[in-house]
Amino acid sequence: MKIVVPVKRVIDANVKVRLKSDGSAVDSDNVKMSMNPFDEIAVEEAIRLKEAGVAGEIVAVSIGSDACQDVLRSALAMGADRALLIRTEAVLEPLAVAKLLREVVAREQPQLVICGKQSTDGDANQAGQMLAGLLGWPQATFASKLDIGADGATVTREIDGGLEIIAVTLPAVVTTDLRLNSPRYTTLPNIMKAKKKPLDVIALDEFGVDTRPRLTTLGLAEPAARSAGVRVADVAELLAKLKNEAKVI
Amino acid sequence: MTALIIAEHDNDSLKSATANTIAAARRLGVEIHVLVAGSACSAAAEQAARLRGVGKVLMADARHYEGGLAENLAALIVSRAQAYSHVLAPATTFGKNVLPRVAAQLDVGQVSDIVEVLAPDTFVRPIHAGNVLAKVRSDDPIKVITVRATAFEATGQEGTAPIETIAPGPDLGMSRLLARELTHSSRPELTEAKIVVSGGRGLQSGENFKLLEALADRLGAAIGASRAAVDSGFVPNDYQVGQTGKIVAPQLYIAVGISGAIQHLAGMKGSRVIVAINKDPEAPIFQVADYGLTADLFQAVPELISALGQ
Ligand SMILES: Cc1cc2nc3c(=O)[nH]c(=O)nc-3n(C[C@H](O)[C@H](O)[C@H](O)COP(=O)(O)OP(=O)(O)OC[C@H]3O[C@@H](n4cnc5c(N)ncnc54)[C@H](O)[C@@H]3O)c2cc1C
Ligand SMILES: Nc1ncnc2c1ncn2[C@@H]1O[C@H](COP(=O)(O)O)[C@@H](O)[C@H]1O
Repeated sequence: MKIVVPVKRVIDANVKVRLKSDGSAVDSDNVKMSMNPFDEIAVEEAIRLKEAGVAGEIVAVSIGSDACQDVLRSALAMGADRALLIRTEAVLEPLAVAKLLREVVAREQPQLVICGKQSTDGDANQAGQMLAGLLGWPQATFASKLDIGADGATVTREIDGGLEIIAVTLPAVVTTDLRLNSPRYTTLPNIMKAKKKPLDVIALDEFGVDTRPRLTTLGLAEPAARSAGVRVADVAELLAKLKNEAKVI
Repeated sequence: MTALIIAEHDNDSLKSATANTIAAARRLGVEIHVLVAGSACSAAAEQAARLRGVGKVLMADARHYEGGLAENLAALIVSRAQAYSHVLAPATTFGKNVLPRVAAQLDVGQVSDIVEVLAPDTFVRPIHAGNVLAKVRSDDPIKVITVRATAFEATGQEGTAPIETIAPGPDLGMSRLLARELTHSSRPELTEAKIVVSGGRGLQSGENFKLLEALADRLGAAIGASRAAVDSGFVPNDYQVGQTGKIVAPQLYIAVGISGAIQHLAGMKGSRVIVAINKDPEAPIFQVADYGLTADLFQAVPELISALGQ
């Protein structure tokens, strides 16, 4: 079974994002970039399926500028077999990403696509579900456990009320939640090996897919900052403030 | 122009986020229809019909809508969507699961997690863990939108909309609900509670969360947690507050043994009053706290409980 894992390059989760001084865009100059954390979980899950003898080849795919080669190399160093960069300078919306991934699926014919549930920059939480919809495949989102059987997958999903276990037929799209696994660290020998693994670059135009944006950003703003309040000396003062000043208890 | 709201419910009762979603839809200045798709779901449909601002409830009743799984539900919504200018659902795990599938099958984009309606096509949504607010305009013929419930006060309950039964679509047979393991609690729902008491890694164990339970019981509060507390297995996954968990905005949020990472703040900084109890005076949580208490939680929380008990 072949698995496709889409991985996005995003601002690292530890960076406190700010706008450029003119407010036109998020300031990404000299900012640490990383693989979207949910996509690391997706790569890890694919590798575990391979190690368990369930999966054969793992293909990591990223859509973006040449700089995305670094997250693809990370995926290869973790254990993916091949990588594909769909090169574009444009920042694509999830619908466009899903349409390109549909083309990748048509070429690669995987049985499973494992996406992250959400990219931590755009916070859209869309592309996996959109891809499943475009392909007419079932979807198992927010997965915290994945079992592949002979005739389908059983997936435990994190939902607002707790957990839900569903069965889906294959091929399917799965999206990862935080508790699915803890991604492995890459080791130096594996980073070296990853340099020799195939990484194909294809220009976006070659796909002939309509990727025009559907949303127009009219403006960006930083939310009003909360001002730090006061320190209280002890529990008695805290309760007095909550009762008499804030009037919340 | 008419908006179609996808109701979230468990067949017997409507989830409250549906009423917040209708409140957002009312800002659009359009007619409002609500789709209740479920199995033996007439009780939920009747509740939807009572929500203020609803013009009509469409009820699709079939076994294969019982669990609200995305494939069958999306197909039903798509088959109806051409009659609508907007399709909205709450930005809950339910809405986040179904709606992007609908959008893709309609070949339109989705606007996720809106916190403000500026015009029928223009919305505000947080990105980058709420550190940036983006004002966006949707240029698609049908606007597909998920709504952050805490940003819109729930619509009232004095409506009397008619309920129209519609024919269900086919069972596509791609997915099946096998089981649900729901967290049962007599406390208020995390996303609706007026007071939330949240614990982090500082609690050290699930057993120690009993301390927070005792505090929550005194305050009539719900219990939340940081990712670290969930990952460590102290509490179930649905307690997680944050960028990739639940968004809460209670009157009072008490963060206990939580450092205040960006991802946690994203889920609670809309709270009216924030209290932080942390033994590290430098913890970032103090930068957003209205009242900060630098203390060992194992001392401060029992003191709070006994003071409140009097
Ligand atoms: C992709 C991604 C998504 C994420 N999503 C979320 C999310 O939705 N929600 C979320 O919460 N996090 C999320 N995180 C994780 C986040 O970055 C932090 O790691 C997490 O919030 C830390 O949890 P914590 O504050 O409980 O633990 P820590 O950061 O370890 O803080 C523990 C705190 O407890 C204090 N403490 C310890 N002992 C005591 C004591 N006896 N008395 C008083 N104080 C004490 C310490 O001083 C410390 O400040 C996400 C991370 C990533 C990468
Ligand atoms: N530019 C991209 N390149 C590769 N994968 C992506 C890209 N954008 C989104 N994805 C995938 O889609 C998931 C959900 O992203 P989003 O809908 O943007 O929140 C991510 O976790 C990735 O797996």
